Order: sequence, then C-alpha cells, then structure tokens
Amino acid sequence: MKRVLILTGSVAAIALGGAVAQDQQLTIVSWGGAYSNSQIKAYHEPYTEKTGVKIVNEDKSANALAGIRAQVEADNVTWDVVDMLQADAQRACDEGLLEIIDHDEWLAPAPDGTPASEDFVEGQLGDCYVPQILYATMFAYNTEAFPDGEPQTIEDIWDVEKFPGTRALQQIPQKNLEWALIADGVPDDEVYEVLATPEGQDRAFAKLDEIKDHVIWWSEGAQPPQMLADKEAVIATAYNGRIFNAQVNEDQPFEIIWDRQMLESDGWVVPVGNEDKMELIRDYLYFATDTQRLADQAKYISYGPARTSSAPLVGTFEDTDIDMKPHMPTNPENLETAVNFDVQFWTDYGDALEERFNAWVAG
Amino acid sequence: MASTEGVIKEPILAADGTPLKQALRRSQARERRAAFFLVAPLLLFILIVFAVPIASMIWRSVYNPEVRNFLPQTASALQQWDGEDVPPEPVFQAMAADMIVGVENRTIGRAAARINREIPGARSRMMRTARAVDEWSAPYSEKFLEADERWADLEFWRLLKRETRLITPAYYLLALDYEYTAEGEIRPRPEVYQIYKSLFWRTAWMSMLITGICILLAYPISYLMATQPTRIANLLLILVLLPFWTSLLVRTSAWIVLLQQQGVVNELLVALDIIDERGRLRMIYNRTGTIIAMTHILLPFMVLPLYSVMKTIPPSYLRAAKSLGAHPFRAWWRVYFPLTIPGLAAGCILVFILAIGYYITPALVGGDSGIFISNLIAQNMQGSSAQLKLAAALATILLAAVLIIYWVFNKLVGVDKLKFG
Amino acid sequence: MAVPSYATPAERIWYYAFRVICGLIFFFLIAPIIVIVPLAFNAQPYFTFTREMLALDPEGYSLRWYRALLGSSEWMGSIRNSFIISVSTTIIATALGTLAALGLNRRNMPARGIITAILISPMIVPLIITAAALFSFFARAGLANTFPGIILSHVVLGTPFVVLTVTASLAGFDETLIRASQSLGANQSRTFFKVILPLLLPGVIAGALFAFVTSLDEVVIVNFMAGPAQTPMTVRMFSGLREEISPTILALASLLVALSIILLTTLELIRRRNERLRGMSPG
Repeated sequence: MKRVLILTGSVAAIALGGAVAQDQQLTIVSWGGAYSNSQIKAYHEPYTEKTGVKIVNEDKSANALAGIRAQVEADNVTWDVVDMLQADAQRACDEGLLEIIDHDEWLAPAPDGTPASEDFVEGQLGDCYVPQILYATMFAYNTEAFPDGEPQTIEDIWDVEKFPGTRALQQIPQKNLEWALIADGVPDDEVYEVLATPEGQDRAFAKLDEIKDHVIWWSEGAQPPQMLADKEAVIATAYNGRIFNAQVNEDQPFEIIWDRQMLESDGWVVPVGNEDKMELIRDYLYFATDTQRLADQAKYISYGPARTSSAPLVGTFEDTDIDMKPHMPTNPENLETAVNFDVQFWTDYGDALEERFNAWVAG
Repeated sequence: MASTEGVIKEPILAADGTPLKQALRRSQARERRAAFFLVAPLLLFILIVFAVPIASMIWRSVYNPEVRNFLPQTASALQQWDGEDVPPEPVFQAMAADMIVGVENRTIGRAAARINREIPGARSRMMRTARAVDEWSAPYSEKFLEADERWADLEFWRLLKRETRLITPAYYLLALDYEYTAEGEIRPRPEVYQIYKSLFWRTAWMSMLITGICILLAYPISYLMATQPTRIANLLLILVLLPFWTSLLVRTSAWIVLLQQQGVVNELLVALDIIDERGRLRMIYNRTGTIIAMTHILLPFMVLPLYSVMKTIPPSYLRAAKSLGAHPFRAWWRVYFPLTIPGLAAGCILVFILAIGYYITPALVGGDSGIFISNLIAQNMQGSSAQLKLAAALATILLAAVLIIYWVFNKLVGVDKLKFG
Repeated sequence: MAVPSYATPAERIWYYAFRVICGLIFFFLIAPIIVIVPLAFNAQPYFTFTREMLALDPEGYSLRWYRALLGSSEWMGSIRNSFIISVSTTIIATALGTLAALGLNRRNMPARGIITAILISPMIVPLIITAAALFSFFARAGLANTFPGIILSHVVLGTPFVVLTVTASLAGFDETLIRASQSLGANQSRTFFKVILPLLLPGVIAGALFAFVTSLDEVVIVNFMAGPAQTPMTVRMFSGLREEISPTILALASLLVALSIILLTTLELIRRRNERLRGMSPG
C-alpha cells in the first residue's frame, strides 16, 4: 500500500511538471566502467525516465566499506545506495552500518508471485544485502601472446616456462590464495579447510612466491582488459563481464579460462543515516531489483542475474545477435570446475590474511 | 643615554605630555599589536583548519574506545578477573547483557570487528552468540560454552581485558612491526606480517638516493647557468622552470608514456634493434620507475636554491685560485664548492623532505616494489581492510620525522629563505 | 664564455664534455614534457608514436583526443570544477597570505620565527598526512564532499607560497618610502595603495599564481574529499592513469603544459618589471 502511494506520488510529481522530483536525486556508488554502464542502462535510465529522479554515480565501490564506515562515524552519510561485495556487506551489516532489509517487504515478487526471498539464488540474500548479479573471477589471456598452445588450466598459470609472460592479479588475497592452493594440489573442496590453518596459509603464499616475479597487480576492474590489450600482461585475472566487454565491444583477442572460476554475487546495500530519504531509496531498490530489470542488465554485460525468475528472460547482447547464455558464468558448461567462494571464511579471516597479503606484496 | 640621565631630572616628554619612554613603549606595543593583527587571520585559520585536524588525528591513533563503549558491562566485570582461569559467571552475565543491548543498537559488530583483527574468527563467533543470547538464562557461562567451546579461550578474554583501556599503544607497535600480546608483552610480529619498518627504511633510502641523483644532475647545470651571461642563463632557467610549473600528474603521465613496455623508449629500442620484442625493458611499475620520475619531478627544487647561491659567487675567486697555482679541480674543491654549500643544504633538505612524503608518483609508477610509506598510509585509509587508526599512527610517525628535518632545516637555513622561481 | 686560448687540451675536452653533460640533463628535464604534446595528436588509441606519425604522414595525426576531451561533459565538468576550486582558493589564500606577510615583515612582530614556521608548515607536511587529518575532520564538520571543504583545505596548502613570495618581495622594501609618503601628506590608505601595493604586487601575483597552480594540481586531498559533484580534473586524470590510460589524458596534459607556459611567461614579465621598478637591472 505504502509503495503504491510512493508510486502515485512520483507519477503525480511528473504530472505537476516534475516540481518535486527535480530536486530529488540519489547518489549511487558502484564500480565504474562497463559494469556501471550496464547498471545505468538497465536500472538508472529507466528509473529516471519513470520518476524524474536524478541519479548521480560515484565510482567508489572499491572503497565501499571504508567509505561507509567513515560516513556513518562522521554522521554525514552522502551515499544513498551502494554496490558492494557480499563479504564486505556482511561485515558492514554486523557493524550496524547498513539498513536491515526485509526482503519480502522491500523487494518485488517474481512475475508469477513467488516472494522475493524465494526468488533470489539460494544463499545470496543477506540481512542488509540484495544481490543483483553473479559474476565470475577467473583467468583470461591474450591469444596473440600464445601462438603455439594456449593456457587452459590453473596449473598452466603457474607454468612460466611453457607460458612465459607477465600475469596480472588482483591485489587482494581473496581468490589468489585459493587458486594457489589448488595449483599446489589441494582438492577444491578442502581449500578453505587448509587455508584456515597457519600451515595452509604458508603453503598458499609459498605457491604465490613461485610466480611473484612475473606478477603485476591490479585494483580496479577496468585494469585487467587494459593490461591485456597493452600487453603489459599476457594472462590476467578479471571479472568475466569486463573480458566479455573487451571481446565484443573492442574486438580484443581475449579468451577466458573457465577452469576454477570463482562465482560470487555483488549487490546493493543501503547505509544507515538516510532516514529522510528512505522512501525514495526503497522505491528505487524495488524497481531496480525486479525480475525484468535484472534480466535487462544481462543485455549489457555478461553477468548472471541473481533472480531465478530472470534467467529465462536473458536474451542477446544489446542490439546484436550474440547469445548471452554461453558467456554467462552461470552457464552449466562454464560451471563445471567452478570453486565455491566462501564468504563466511573471508569475513573471519579477511583481516589477518589481507594484512599478510599486503606485507607479502610490498616486501 | 647613561650620560644624559644624570643631567636631566625630568623625563623627556612626548608631544602629548606623557614621558617619552612610556610613549615609546606604548607605541611599540601598538605596533606589535598591529603586526600581530595582520598575521592573526591566517594564523587562526591554519590553527583551526590544519593544526587541530592533525592533533585530532594524532589523538585518534591512540584512542581505543570500541570495547569500553560497546561492551561496557563486560569491561567493568573483567577488571575483577585475574586472567588465570576461565572468567567467572558475572563476566559472562555482563557479556550477555552487553550483547542484548549491542544487538538492539547494532553496535556489537564494532566491538567484534576490533577483536577479529587480533583473533580471526572471533567476529562470527561473537555475532552468532549475540543473536542467540536473548533466549538464554543464567547460568550464562554454561550456555556460552555449550554454544561454542572457544568461549573458554583465555587468549580471547585477556585480549578483551587489554582492549578495555581507552589509550592504546597498539597501533604504534603495529606501525613498527611489533605486536602487543594479550598479556601485554611487546614482541616483534611474525616475519610474514612485517612490512612497515622496511617500508620506512625503503622510503628513507630511496629518498636519499633521489636526493643524491638530484645533486649530481643539478650541480652541473646550476654551475653552467651561473657562469653564463644573464640572457642565456635566463633561457636555460626556463628549461628548469617549465617542468617546475607543469602539473605533477602531467609529468608522471609523461613518464608512463615514455617508459612503459609499449612506451616510447621501448619502441625506439626495438625499432633500432637494440632489444628484441621479448626483451622489452621493464622500467616502470617498479623501483626504477619511482626513482626516475621522482628525480625528474624534484630536480628543480635542487637547481633553484643551488643556482641562486652560485649566482652570487664571483667567478674571479676561481680565477684567483688558479692563478695562484692551484690545480683546477683543487681550486674548485677548495674555493668554489664550500661557497655553494648553503644552496646545496637547502636543496637537499627540501628534496628529501618532499620525497619522503611522496604519494602520487609512487602510486602511479612504483608498482609494488617502488611504493613509499605514504602509499601504505593511503592503503590503510581505503579498501575493506582499512585501519584508520593504524593509518593515523603511521602518519604520525612520518610527520614526526618530517618535522624534525624541518626543524633542522629551519635552524640551518631558515624557512623564510625559501625561494621559488 | 668560450674556451680561453690558454686552456690546456684536457681543459678543452672537459669544457666540451661538460656542455654535453649539461645538455643531456636539460634534455632529461624537458623531453618528457615535450614528448606528450605530439602524442596527443595520435590518430590511434596508443600511447606511442605510430609509423605514420614518424613519417609525418598527416593521416597519422588527428584531433580526435582533443575532440573527445572537449566533447565529454564529464571531462569538461571536472575542468570547470577544478577552476571553481582553484580560483576561489587563490582569492582567499592571496588575501590571507598577503596580510600575514605584511605583519611578519613589521619590525615589531612578536614571535616571528615560530609563527613563520607554523604558517609555512602545510607546505612541508606530506600531503597524505594532511589529507588523512583533514578528511576525518571535515567529514565530522559536514564539509567532506562539498566545495567549501575542498577550497578550505586548498587554502591551507596555498597560503605558504603567498607568504613566502610576498615576504621575499618585501625583503628589499625600503621602509623610508612609507615615511616619505606620510611626510608628504598621504594618509595611511593612500600610502598603502600608492606606495606599498605597487612594490608588493609582483610578490602578490607570484604568490597568487603559486596558490592557483597548487590547487589546480592537487590530487591527494581531493581524491578523498571530492564527491561526484566536485570531482576535479586531477582526480579524473589520476584514476584514468591507473585504469585505462587513453590519449584523452594526453590531450588534457598538453593543454596543461600550455597553461604552465603562460604562467611561466607571466611570472617572467612580472620579474622583469619588478627589477626595472627597483632599478636593479638596466633593461
């Protein structure tokens, strides 16, 4: 009922010359680049068109947790909706920095009436967190660098004799340590068990040491495709959507190694401290996370929608006839050897391992 | 003065009839006040907008309120505990009460986050227990231990007790690669976590190296400019001043353009067949990149003071020494060089002080082996592992180093002698 | 200064070697700045000279990156933000700094040494420290992500330069001029505007230019302090340099080089005028 009121309210506002809506705006924090673009096209533009609310984008998601902490502590919150990784969202939620979201109240049901809490991919909804997409982090390479035989598996990444050249890795311990253990022969399903022990951590870092001299680091999602294109690196870890974007929009000769891809979700959170704007924020979230909108986003970037009901609606890339399904990380073929990214492990061990990782990188 | 005092009994009067001494003193006081009032707006501004924020940053680096604020009852109950055995029931009871309040206010996670820094996994244990605790009843200690046996972990309770202190040296110890055990003992951190001490050293020696290279490059060209006719010297000076006035980011991007693997220098070397495609040099995103780019950026700060000193040395000194039979090098070393030391000192301290605080250039061209301590301060202010207090402690240590050098500089050269352009 | 005729062969060799060395050092100083200018006209999205460019083929050159820069509302918006920030900074910093320098230069200024040291200190304190301190402080005051917050922090950085340059131009100031003016019947304000200010002006302008450039070039503090509505060009350049380095950045860089040439020329003209005014140089 309340929602209907908001909606009629905004429709009325537009009818009245947008007088109310015009000075309404939302500051939305996200990752920038191709990813923000897909959100702008699938969520922001239709929303602005519908309600007249202006949306300001800020590309600060890489520092979302520190940013929200600083804003909430200073009691001066300027971010309305923030795009965040699930593990960080869980931490921020525990620290009381985020609004608690009642999923069935805040979010639209599926078109067939399934409530939101049952429609989202299992295990992805958080107390303060609404996932949008499932994305993979995996290795990709520039085919031009490997004229005679291309790397196919995680073990190949560590084989600098057979596949010489610089590797670009993300400057975080997450995923790198898991891959190091897998390359060292730890079975996929024991990775986190091993990584929880000091010996396992030593083992992972020792394995990373083997390739350290061949590694450059990236921190923003836009960097790895750029590094591959410039041949600053020949193999890079990357978000699959960014590689897809370079493949289809820039005709780059990149190839994805789906072996041991790590699937993770990314989604919205709402920092506390915006009570007076809450109706608008909720209205936006209701709109931007419905079945159609999530499916629309897949039109612009190859990330899997976080709602089960969106999957059948996924079609082709923008106005082309490129079928998006084989490019989705959730495509069964791509999922064959996928590793489950353990969010809980990283909320527990993130601090300590990040410290060690940073010391290792700089040392 | 002394001789007149005896003669004149009455004090000399100013035009308005007050004694001259008094009038003079008053007018001097007035002038002092007037001078001070001119300075006051800026002084006040700098104190409020610069000094106070820095002081509050320093305060933040030792202030440690999480446990005391968010687990207040536990904190006071722990004061009675001797640390030898699993804490008694009142402590668990206090913890339960704090958790109920903390879940209600959603503050429990902040205390948990603090503890999790030192004991991985403590966060989720505390959060899980906190969500269940409102359904429990006394005796709480049994319920806690039933839910998770790690609640018997003495390390955890000792740490918690240590953390009840509002002022902590923990972040300074961390910043110097030491740790502060739950028992209050100070010891070096495990080697794999050590980073800051070596980064402080790296910052220092790389800054010294850059200062040294700047001397080597600045000295000849300053000398050349100082010995040329004014017109030519002014033209040459423009070659120094143009980089000086050009944006730091522009100069850094220029070096990226030149030095990267697909950059101008590598392309040139490949085109000239000096290196082959595979042998492209890695001159950037490492220490070399930082040193080259920073030397370029800081060189004018060495040239300008050197040149302004050399300009004032008459060339006849050197000629005189030579005509008295000194070998040209000896003449230069014994006569000319000592005269340039003031300019050299000013340039060195200026370059060094600027170098050790550099952030942007190492961040862009330093890769991981060429970053400075400033980059780690920034890293601790951002990202999901941000530790603002550690950043504040690191910043305070760097600040102290800079201020000491600044003080020495001020003693030796005087800040008001700084000139640009 | 040519080689004197009595120089020994060794001295001759040294004479020319020395000039070659100096030439190389000057080349090191200036080449990186010059090299980016033609690269910004690259027709290809690369950061290096293409074969066409080296052959001076007009096909190899284009204005596409300048068009990309001037046609992008994001870049233009951030350039506008940069100028809003630096111009406001310059006005405030120049006023505060000049007043302070006038006071510091008075004979009776109490505690001159320590106050000068305090006023100059923002120039010495590493930017990242200033950024860390100001960001938390301004966030609490509700000034983070606002123009006033950014401008105030830039004023802090800019005033030391104004104080230094104005002090330097006052150093050669002959105080008898003030008394001469007053004894000729000029009141205080007339003395200030007709005697002190003209002599002071070169220092004030130089200081203002320094404050302007400092603010325009600043990236560390704004990187923390600026929200999307205030993003200045430096922040955009900084993230551009880290992420996707496109020749658009070089187009902007070339424009900034042009700006620094203009500033440098202005300063040089002021310096000459100043020397003439003080009778220090004949020309």
